[in-house]
Amino acid sequence: MSELAHDPVTSFVDEEERARARRELRNRIGKWILPVVVFAVGILAWDWTIRINEIPHYILPGPGLVFQTLIQDRAILLDALMVTLQITLLALLVAVIGGAGLAILFNQSRLVEMSFYPYAVVLQVTPIVAIAPLIFIYVESKLVGLLICAWIVAFFPVLSNTTLGLKSADHNLRDLFSIYGANRWQRLLYLQLPSALPYFLGGLRIAGGLALIGSVVAEFVAGAGGIGSGLAFRILEAGYRLNIPRMFAGLILIAVTGVLIYAVLSLVSHLMLRKWHESAIKRES
Amino acid sequence: MEMQVSAAESSASRNKLLTLHKVDKVFGRDVVALRNMSLDICEGDFISLLGPSGCGKSTALRLIAGLMQPTNGFIRWEDGRQGESLSVVFQEPTLMPWATVEKNVWLPMRLKGISFAKVRDDIREALNLVGLSGFENSYPRELSGGMKMRVSIARAMVTRPKLVLMDEPFAALDEITRFKLNNDLLQMKVKIDCTVVFVTHSVFESVFLSDRIVIMAARPGRVMQELKVDKPYPREEDFRTSNDYAAYCRAASQALKEAQEGPRQ
Repeated sequence: MSELAHDPVTSFVDEEERARARRELRNRIGKWILPVVVFAVGILAWDWTIRINEIPHYILPGPGLVFQTLIQDRAILLDALMVTLQITLLALLVAVIGGAGLAILFNQSRLVEMSFYPYAVVLQVTPIVAIAPLIFIYVESKLVGLLICAWIVAFFPVLSNTTLGLKSADHNLRDLFSIYGANRWQRLLYLQLPSALPYFLGGLRIAGGLALIGSVVAEFVAGAGGIGSGLAFRILEAGYRLNIPRMFAGLILIAVTGVLIYAVLSLVSHLMLRKWHESAIKRES
Repeated sequence: MEMQVSAAESSASRNKLLTLHKVDKVFGRDVVALRNMSLDICEGDFISLLGPSGCGKSTALRLIAGLMQPTNGFIRWEDGRQGESLSVVFQEPTLMPWATVEKNVWLPMRLKGISFAKVRDDIREALNLVGLSGFENSYPRELSGGMKMRVSIARAMVTRPKLVLMDEPFAALDEITRFKLNNDLLQMKVKIDCTVVFVTHSVFESVFLSDRIVIMAARPGRVMQELKVDKPYPREEDFRTSNDYAAYCRAASQALKEAQEGPRQ
């Protein structure tokens, strides 16, 4: 009896701890339930608005019709999605190689950094919509043009984050490497690159979304249709034909793609950092 | 109770390892971090550099480590070697968070191009020496502050260095942990037979650990005098509560006070 009373697990959970447990449970459930509820309410409101006001589908289609179009036109839309996805992922890949490569180059040579970093910034702050038409004048292949546009938008976060990360290695560790006679490559490989990894992955997550935006914007600018057209072109085309439901269907696909890219990159980031980085650690209290 | 004031005398019998000769370090144009420091470091010495903030003790350590060059004067290794025979422990554990404990300890050898498999046993032994057997595959974030510092010490000891430089390594730890690490450090020093230069601002720590205490003063940083703690190693926990210990502490405190204010008239 007295033993039981002193067992902290069974007999002594104070009011504060109980409140904390309740709060945690509520947050955990709410995180999933609430967005779903908002989604459902939004769809219902959309549907009712159309029914009550009898809005014709060529002005604003209902959610049912949009979903139906998504299924019906899946052949065209999925083809287009594949094209957009291909450009996005290729651009992201080149952005990663180019961004991280440039960052390492800048890090190794202060002179190169001083010479070229300002122009990387110029490239970043000039709106891609303004650059894209020029690119399509000089670049023969539409695919390459799209790729260049998406790359210009996506590479900067990788570059700037990795540059920062390479500089952020602990200064005592840097001294230690000097004392143990590390050469420049050992320093880069064993100290700077691991230190830069969390920064790089942060840049990568931003770049993933930007690559998609870049490729969609470039497609709008490029405009030309035919076989091998991406989602943005399908949306434009549907607009010309007043096929509003298909515009919505295309839009939904783009949004879902963006979310998926972000989710995948977040997962990659988590898996690479979970063992050691603060950002990936759940605190116990 | 013998207390000597001469550095040369105290270390006459041992082999000289390193000499600092009239070393000045000036930052910028006129910030004198260290003025006219001369010190003979002999094999087996445990030297504490004791003084307040700004007395140049960390600067002296960085100069010995070769991270900076003296403005005037010189630092000479008697046997001419430096790289392999020197290691450093900083105030922070300074571990690589992305690497496991054993991979952190591997670092000095890895930078020499030695494969992990080849030195696995040495690494196990070093971790055993600091009492961290079984934590080989832990990540630094899983360890307490004291344990991280032990890893840092294992990394410094694993190469069997001749000279270990320690820059206030235990200043951020709680007192109980610090006492324990002090004891263990002395045992390690005896076991691997190294020379230690230990920067601290704790009188008690310097008396417990060292056989030579170099008292320093600030603005400009300079050496005021040297005390000898004549108590042979290994020193056990009971030294901490002995009358000798109290007397040495009193003497060191007095010397430190004089260093700040000038000798009493």
